[in-house]
Amino acid sequence: MPLPRLIPCLDVAAGRVVKGVRFEGLRDVGDPVELGAAYSDAGADELVYLDVKATLENRASFVELVGRVAERLAIPFTVGGGVRSVEDAEALLRAGADKVSVNTAALARPALLTEIAELLGSQAVVVAIDASGGEVYSHAGTRPAGRRATDWAREAQERGAGEVLLTSIDADGTREGYDLELTSAVAEAVSVPVIASGGAGEARHVAQALEVAQAALLASILHENPARLASLRDELRGLGVHLRDAA
Amino acid sequence: MAKEGTPDARRTVQRVPTSAAGAASCRPRGHPSAEPGSAGREPKAARDVRVAVCEYGAGNVRSVTIAFTRLGADVATTSAPDDVLAADLAVLPGVGSAAAAMAGLRERGLDEALRTRVEEGRATLGICLGLQLALEESEEDGGVQCLGLLPGRAVRLREGRVPRIGWAPVEPSGDAFYFAHSYAADTPAASAHSEGVVAEARSGAFIGVQFHPEKSGAAGARFLERCLSHA
Repeated sequence: MPLPRLIPCLDVAAGRVVKGVRFEGLRDVGDPVELGAAYSDAGADELVYLDVKATLENRASFVELVGRVAERLAIPFTVGGGVRSVEDAEALLRAGADKVSVNTAALARPALLTEIAELLGSQAVVVAIDASGGEVYSHAGTRPAGRRATDWAREAQERGAGEVLLTSIDADGTREGYDLELTSAVAEAVSVPVIASGGAGEARHVAQALEVAQAALLASILHENPARLASLRDELRGLGVHLRDAA
Repeated sequence: MAKEGTPDARRTVQRVPTSAAGAASCRPRGHPSAEPGSAGREPKAARDVRVAVCEYGAGNVRSVTIAFTRLGADVATTSAPDDVLAADLAVLPGVGSAAAAMAGLRERGLDEALRTRVEEGRATLGICLGLQLALEESEEDGGVQCLGLLPGRAVRLREGRVPRIGWAPVEPSGDAFYFAHSYAADTPAASAHSEGVVAEARSGAFIGVQFHPEKSGAAGARFLERCLSHA
């Protein structure tokens, strides 16, 4: 198996990295290209850029931003938020993204995963699943989708998803650790890689997640601070996690 | 798939004794009749190297173009066989399905241009799907006839989580590169391995890598720089 991956997540709105309780009180914390490059220098294995507003009006500017990110970065990155069609996915990959993540649109129309995978390959298709109490929620975690996370993960894989980005709504923001029970259950249900997301407060939590998942998404634990990523990598190495030597 | 150091992996490596440098080198193996791209010539400065990146409808061509541009090469993305024939280094990138990619290459006449280059001993680099397309065939999509620049076939990965995604060390150099693939080369031309998977294969002036040097940070940039200096 490839080395465990650390993946900083950047929430983007109107061309800027924002933070805050998702969708409320967004605060501008920096430039997506500069922050991404700084994370890359600090040893990020990949990055995820999420278009948190994902309105049709700012679609073109998001694609343009993806193009600028590709010009600057020499590591892989996934983009998500508002991917509703094969054309959306293709435009993002053409701009230089490596993968697209699909959430609500795939729940509404699971064949979308197959269509993207057939054109761009499964390795380019990430299914993002938000779950609480083992149940899937759509629309940024607000609406129950009436499906078990394990069932949906398995179906998404069969339809062409090459990776699962699994966010625990219960753990998200608690800083008390990833939802290991949910993550293990989904990792056992699928044979594609799983990225654990939500709940990281300290290095120990990330190490625990990497025992059951192939990658850990890092959001608030980093405070948009690349130096924190570098120190986190050192702490993880101290805990015996075998990370890539980024030199 | 064989693990590192298993008899299987050793046997494959021994068959290609000139590969000792593995992914640490992008020098095509010397071909006596080769003109450009042959061994023993002074390495070129990157800015003098004309690179043609094949555009044939298969995925992320832009990142490859950006990576070579960053190194100072004179890069063109092209669908024209003449451009591919004229360049110092031709690059066949690609993600997605083998069948669609082969159809895209044939439609544009790029398959013949690539074969001609390699026959003439001129430096040609395949990346990811580009390595798999260089083989004789792929078992993807129920079996696809490929370019035959390298002996062997592309086979589905059967161990570990698939797609195999992430950074993994490439032996013998030990540098980690980024991989994202569901199929891998099964070839006697293998010159470097990663966790038992063929990471690099070469035959004459053709070199193919399964990893994405354009997405592999500093190690990837060093690899591409060596490709330019030997083109």
